[in-house]
Amino acid sequence: MDKVFMKGCQAIAEAAIRAGCRFFAGYPITPQNEVPEYFSRRMPEVGGVFLQGESETASAAMLYGAGATGIRAMTSSSSCGISLMSEAIGWMAGACMPVVICNVARGGPGIGSIQPSQQDYFQATKASGNGGFRMLVFAPSTVQEAVDMTYRAFDLAQKYKYPVYILTDGFTGEMMEPVVLPEMRSEEFLAAERKANDAWAVRGRNGAPKAHKIRCGARPGVVCTLEEKNIEDWEMYEQWKKDEIEYETYGTEDAELIITAYGISARIARSAVSILRKEGYRVGFVRPIKIHPFPEIAYEQLDYSKLRGILCAEMSIPPQFAYDVEAVVRKRAPIATCLRSGGEIIERSAIIDAAKKLYGDK
Amino acid sequence: MENTILIGGIGGQGILMFGQLLCQTALETTDKYITYFPSYSMEKRGGTSDCYVTLSDEPVGSPKAEKSDYVVIFANQALKKFEDALYPGGALFIDTSVCTEKPNRTDVHIVEVPAGEIAREIGDARVANLCMLGAFIGYTEILPPDKVLATALKKIGAKRPELRALNEEAFNKGMEIGTAAKAAHV
Amino acid sequence: MKKVYSRPIGLHRNINGYCPGCLHSAAGKIIMSALEELNLLEKTAMVDGVGCCANNNNYMDLDAIGTPHGRACATASAIKRCSPETIVITYQGDGDLASIGLAETMMAANRGDNITVFFINNANYGMTGGQMAPTTLLDMKTTTTPFGRNPEEHGYPMDMCKVLSTLKGPSYIARVTCTDVPNVRKAKEAVKEALQHQVDGKGFSMVEFVSNCPTNWGLTPLESLKFIKEHMLAEYPLGVYRNL
Repeated sequence: MDKVFMKGCQAIAEAAIRAGCRFFAGYPITPQNEVPEYFSRRMPEVGGVFLQGESETASAAMLYGAGATGIRAMTSSSSCGISLMSEAIGWMAGACMPVVICNVARGGPGIGSIQPSQQDYFQATKASGNGGFRMLVFAPSTVQEAVDMTYRAFDLAQKYKYPVYILTDGFTGEMMEPVVLPEMRSEEFLAAERKANDAWAVRGRNGAPKAHKIRCGARPGVVCTLEEKNIEDWEMYEQWKKDEIEYETYGTEDAELIITAYGISARIARSAVSILRKEGYRVGFVRPIKIHPFPEIAYEQLDYSKLRGILCAEMSIPPQFAYDVEAVVRKRAPIATCLRSGGEIIERSAIIDAAKKLYGDK
Repeated sequence: MENTILIGGIGGQGILMFGQLLCQTALETTDKYITYFPSYSMEKRGGTSDCYVTLSDEPVGSPKAEKSDYVVIFANQALKKFEDALYPGGALFIDTSVCTEKPNRTDVHIVEVPAGEIAREIGDARVANLCMLGAFIGYTEILPPDKVLATALKKIGAKRPELRALNEEAFNKGMEIGTAAKAAHV
Repeated sequence: MKKVYSRPIGLHRNINGYCPGCLHSAAGKIIMSALEELNLLEKTAMVDGVGCCANNNNYMDLDAIGTPHGRACATASAIKRCSPETIVITYQGDGDLASIGLAETMMAANRGDNITVFFINNANYGMTGGQMAPTTLLDMKTTTTPFGRNPEEHGYPMDMCKVLSTLKGPSYIARVTCTDVPNVRKAKEAVKEALQHQVDGKGFSMVEFVSNCPTNWGLTPLESLKFIKEHMLAEYPLGVYRNL
């Protein structure tokens, strides 16, 4: 298949359109501006809607409205912009809207910096709003993965009728790499899905026996207590642990040291692993592909009797991802971190040095 | 095999285009993994503008290489910032008509290209980056020159067809300088 | 015998959740009967704000969606653009529309999004217990202005019809009240006119209802109507502010 050379942000937008996304609302914020810019040019070509919101708060509320009409819809923002969206993100989880949210993360807290960062791990995986809801969270490492995960995110949002979150970063958003773009979803497919969604969508009754009500605190059309809804969500999150875990490993069979990382840090860590193994270090690699649900199984399967330690590499100070690793490792191996923050990229040489230190004598 | 290239200059000099032309050509003519990462300051014009290109046989790790095999410099400030980012034995390309300062490195090959001057002689200062690109390709031979030029003419030609002939001439003049420098270093 | 009056068919028969004497009930009934007369009940989606206005969801037999506080116009704009054949209305209180959602209201109006906004102005936050709203009158006592609204400290009452009339986007803006039969009739005409603007694709339309809150105002229903006539209407004059 033909490869095209594309910038991460633009590739995400194109993948979304090919997945059938027909609504985008967003607000300018670096480093994700190419996402709305791309949609603004492309949506008219596919009969979709592009809407520049007056704020991230409004953009997310617009996404909620679009999702409520039953079409495939998304928004994107970056870090502090995502924080502003957390109001409607919570509502969309509360009202079970099938939407996609993409965070092209930058430094934090607050306005932080416009440079790329991985400081939104907790926010994405644990508390994207109030009320303890969770979402499926993809963490791409390459532009191709950003494309593939965006494409899949729309299917999963529809499958679970729930928001799906893509946590990427300014490096992946700004970098250009060759990608194979997925096929365009057919208009027939999208029309059929929209027709099915008309069973609950809010677009006027149009002869339906009962009016459709969408409210925060129940699946569309369902009458239940808030606690019943909370329980239903929890059961879904538990089911995700069976059906939605995604991770990759490399060289873990003989590993005496594991380097673990996600997203942009994972590709750097992976290249460090290659170099270390060439130098004779028995180093393995574990990478969550989705960071929620967290792939505990990937760490459970390690042979701790051989392990000298686990090195977590992430672009966040203080660390965040490392705490999830620590929780599953439960002191069976020493854990060390290799960190950068505030827009600084993690260096392969720093990962290699930290790994050697933890490894001890060869 | 991994080639890391860093191009540094000022916004408006065609720095990002330089990197993208390398990547686009590599995409069309090789099976390599390709990663391009741009980096620029807040100012849209006149601020710093840099980009990192990695062409590799294996998946690319960091989009920003810690050290590069080749560094291409379009301005004094970029020389100061990136001189040390070059591996010993690497090649440092300098547009000497803009960059008045001299590099301190003695463990690298230096290729001086009066690209700005050549561009003005040809008739348009804007084609200086193509002159540098020609010199870079002539020296490094990492991509077929005719393919790089074809990509450039296709990409720039669509936007500025009036510069087509000038760009071609600039690229070829740069090629001569790059090839000669290579021969001298060998 | 000829039937000359009946409950609008879209209103449920159960008792609505509003306090006795609250004019939310009147506004809701007017909107439902206007939709019925224009034959729009089946095509309408209602976007509810947060506060007392969210109550109407329970007794209006319309497709409806509850939105975060203040965001109704943003959500409504998106619904309309994704489903242009739907008649999209919002139903919002003064805190929702004129305070926390001011940006959403102004920007939807400025974009001329083809939606119809129903704005219930009762000069206080009713559901939370009667705090100061942007529309609270000067000297009016609320639970957060116990000594009365003082312009030096709290600013002035916000006239949203006037504010929105400065924009080019809106096609219809009117202010009505439901204190007596003639006004109820005028209110219904305004509601129908606003909806017709949407049907005709003319852009943003809004009807402000100058309303009451007998409970938090500490007045009987009848006294509250008198208060509207004597005080509220002086600050918020009735009439059509825009009709393109």
